[in-house]
Order: sequence, then C-alpha cells, then structure tokens
Amino acid sequence: MEKRSRFASLIGPPGLYLFLFFILPMGVMFVYSFRAGISGTAHDTFTLGNYQSFLANSNFHRLLWRSSFISLTISVLSTLLAYPLAYYLVFRAGPNRVTLMTLLIIPTWTSYLLRIFSWKLILGSSGVLNSLLISLGLIEKASPILIYSRGAVIVTLIYVWVPFVALPIFAALERIDKNLLEAAADLGCPAWEAFLRITLPLSLPGILAGFFFALIPTLGEFVTPLLVGGASGSMYGNLIQDQFMRALNWPMGSVMSMAMLLAVLLLVFILTRLGSLTDLVGF
Amino acid sequence: MLYLPIILLIIFSFNNSTTLVFPLKGFTLQWYGQLFANRELLNAVGNSLIVGVGSSLAATILGTMGAIAMVRFRLPGRSVFLGVAALPLVIPYVILGVSLLVLFNEVGIKLSAFAAGLAHVIISMPYALLIVASRLVGFPDNLEEAAMDLGASYWGALLRVTIPICSPALLAAFLICFTMSFDEYAIASFLVGTDATLPVYLYSQLRFPTRLPMVVSLAAILMTITMAVMLFSEWLRRADHTSARKA
Repeated sequence: MEKRSRFASLIGPPGLYLFLFFILPMGVMFVYSFRAGISGTAHDTFTLGNYQSFLANSNFHRLLWRSSFISLTISVLSTLLAYPLAYYLVFRAGPNRVTLMTLLIIPTWTSYLLRIFSWKLILGSSGVLNSLLISLGLIEKASPILIYSRGAVIVTLIYVWVPFVALPIFAALERIDKNLLEAAADLGCPAWEAFLRITLPLSLPGILAGFFFALIPTLGEFVTPLLVGGASGSMYGNLIQDQFMRALNWPMGSVMSMAMLLAVLLLVFILTRLGSLTDLVGF
Repeated sequence: MLYLPIILLIIFSFNNSTTLVFPLKGFTLQWYGQLFANRELLNAVGNSLIVGVGSSLAATILGTMGAIAMVRFRLPGRSVFLGVAALPLVIPYVILGVSLLVLFNEVGIKLSAFAAGLAHVIISMPYALLIVASRLVGFPDNLEEAAMDLGASYWGALLRVTIPICSPALLAAFLICFTMSFDEYAIASFLVGTDATLPVYLYSQLRFPTRLPMVVSLAAILMTITMAVMLFSEWLRRADHTSARKA
C-alpha cells in the first residue's frame, strides 16, 4: 500500500504534465477537426465537411503520396548508408568504436536549422559546390538543379538521419556474440555466408528500429523543404503548417494532423509488434 | 563528411566577403563584431536562455521522478506511463506544435516564449527519463533501504542518497534537454508569438542575403558551444559509468 502511494506520487506530476500538454492538445485538436471555422458561430458548429473535403481533394493526396515517397526514400537510403558505417565501427574500428560512434552523434546535436542551412550554402546556386565545380572547370555555369528540388531535400535529410539510424544498428551489432562468427569460420563457412546467415538476421531489430527512427519524423518534416526544397520539394508537413500559419484554416489543418498522427501511431504500433519497445530504449 | 558542413560554416565566418563562394577573400572579424551590436539578436538569445533553462529544469525534475518510478517499482500503470512518456520521441514536431497552438488558443494562453517552454518540456522529458533511468539501473536500491533502516524517510532517502548518486546523470540530462530546447525551431515557430527565440530569429534572418555573413558567424559560435556542451555531458556520463563499474 505504501509502495503504491509512493509510486503514485512519483508518477503523478510527470503524468499530469504529459496529460495536460501532450494528450489534451491532441484531444482538443481532434475536436477542432470537426469545427466549421475558428471564430463566431462557425467555431461552435460541428461538421464532417472538413473530412469530406480532405478526402475529396486530390492535391492533398498527391502531396501525401509524394511526401511518403520522399520519407521512404530517405529512410531506405539512410539505412543502407548507416549499416556499413555501424558494421565498420563494430567489427573493424577496435577499442575506439564507442568514441567514434559518439563523434558521429555529436554533430547531430548542434543546431538543426544551421545544419540544414549549411546544405543550402553548399547546394545553392552561388553556393560552395557550384563555385567549386566552376573554379575546377567542371561546369560552365551554376547548376540550378542542386537546390530547391526534391533531391536537395532527400540529400539534406539523409545527412541529418544517417547517424540516428546508425545508432540502433550499432547497438544491435554490438550485442552479437562474436563466438558465433568464429564457430561459423571454424566449420568452414565463408565470411559472406556467415554475414548473411548470422550477422544480418541478428542485426535485423536494429535495422528496423533505425529505419523507423528515420521514417517517422521525416513524415512530418517541414523546415527542410522550406529551406532547400522549393515548390517541387514541399512535403505534407508544409501543407499542415500552411493551414495554421497562412491559410488560417485550423479545422482543415487539424484534419490533416489527425491523418498524420494516425499514420504515425500505426507505424509505431507496427514497430512495437516487430520488437519490444523496452529493448529499443534499453531497459 | 558529417563535420564538413560545420567546418565550412566556421571557415566562411572569417571570410571577408558578403557572399559565400570559393575562393576565400581574406580574414576578418567584422561579422563577429556586428553580432554583439545587434539588439534583436541579444533579445532572442535571452529568450532562448530563459526557455532553455526553465524547460530543462522542469524536464529533468519530471523525468527523474518518472525514471525512479519506472526503475524502482513494478506496478500496474508502468507500461502505460512509459509508452505515453516515450511517444513524444516519435511524434512529428509539426503535430506537437499545432496541437498546442490549438489548445493554447482554446483556453486563452497567450503565445509567448513561455508557451514554447511548456512544449519543450514535453519533447525533452523522454530524454531526461531515459538518461536517469539508465543510471538508476546501474545501482541497487539497497542503498535507499539502508538509509531507511537508519531512520530516513523514503523521500529523505531519495533526496539524500539516490539523487546525489545520480547527480552526474542529472546534470547530463539537464544539458541535453537544454541543448534540445535551445536549438528547437519547428515547435517554437508555432508558439513563441512575438518573443522570438534564437532559432526563430535565426530563421527570420536567413531570408536576407545581406545578413548572411552575420548569420554564419552566429552559426559558428553556436555550433562550437553546443558541441562543447554535448562533449562535456557525454564525458560526464562516461566517467560516471566507469566509476560506477569500479565501485
């Protein structure tokens, strides 16, 4: 009984805070998605119209598919790049591997905005890459395709996410009992087959975690497209931001956010089915 | 490759030219001089410091309470709480931002740096919780029991035994939460109203090409500071883990 009350008083304040500023806002937004408008009588009129027009608007769907495709591309490529990186650190880098992994993670904690922005400087029409290519004589005049494109968004976000994807893969590879690989070699198994039949399957939870770590946040990305994406690189997150900050159609924005929230919760659910959540967070 | 964009920014911050192109022109400190003469910028830095310190203090305290409850008790409600507390890690920031915008509008909380701070607690609390929890797992709870056998109350034992033992982890958690808040743009952009925090101010400046060199030198300073803070908190955690293993 005493234990219970201690547990309750410890969990109470953070629980209340999470309820007030995390659960409640989602609930209010859910209610908002049925409102006809944000002020006057429209505010108090409830309708399914927002959902209907959301489902009817093919522009929204196109953007939704396009940005899902961008997110998927980013997470697949980040995982493909992060795997060899994590593999190298665990199996080849020796005793310094944790330090090297930390060095990999540190830049991700520096200003997100500025890291994105520095890519704008690199890819921009008078940017580093273009001026470098020109001064090397490789191209005649600045190439415009480097910035304000879907490609620019993808390249920039891969840069952002590779270290985060590498982290769970690194952890999964670290957990593999190296004796298994030795045993396989002793039994005459070639290295590539040992990789395919031991290392890869055992690191699968890390791969999945990393993949979802990149996929879920990039679904909601709107800052990077604003900075380097231009019109063709804009994503679903930009649509939501537009509804709230420019079009001031909050109910429609709420509908869009609910749709995204649903998609994200679905992905999280799949992730927790694939592996235990506590395994991922480490205790 | 990861450090390249950062290094480029630092190099250009000393370049004597208003555009960022190769080849470099000459060495100058004038952009750094301009920074310290800029009122708006200094205001934004002030806002960010207040939001950062306030939200990380709250996040560290709440996260620590959650961590103690998660590690020391196996009672019903544990997994629900853990699930909800970890969820902000994966919810896109744009959703967190707009949902709080809607809530604050509905209950009449004015948009301000304070409002952004309330949101920052939500996103940094999971990090504080995980860092402190991983420290708590590292030492058995019989130290708390010993203190209670010697007459301390449960809360006294927590405050005078558990918390001091965890203090390096608490500091590391605080620093990481601070870095997150200090750097956070997406949520703040919806909630700050007119009290621009540093990232919000920075973003507004990115549109003006003439401000570019100033922004770049600001970037160089910020990146150096945050990297130093992160290295320090990582070192702190590492040193703590090593000493825990020896003991």
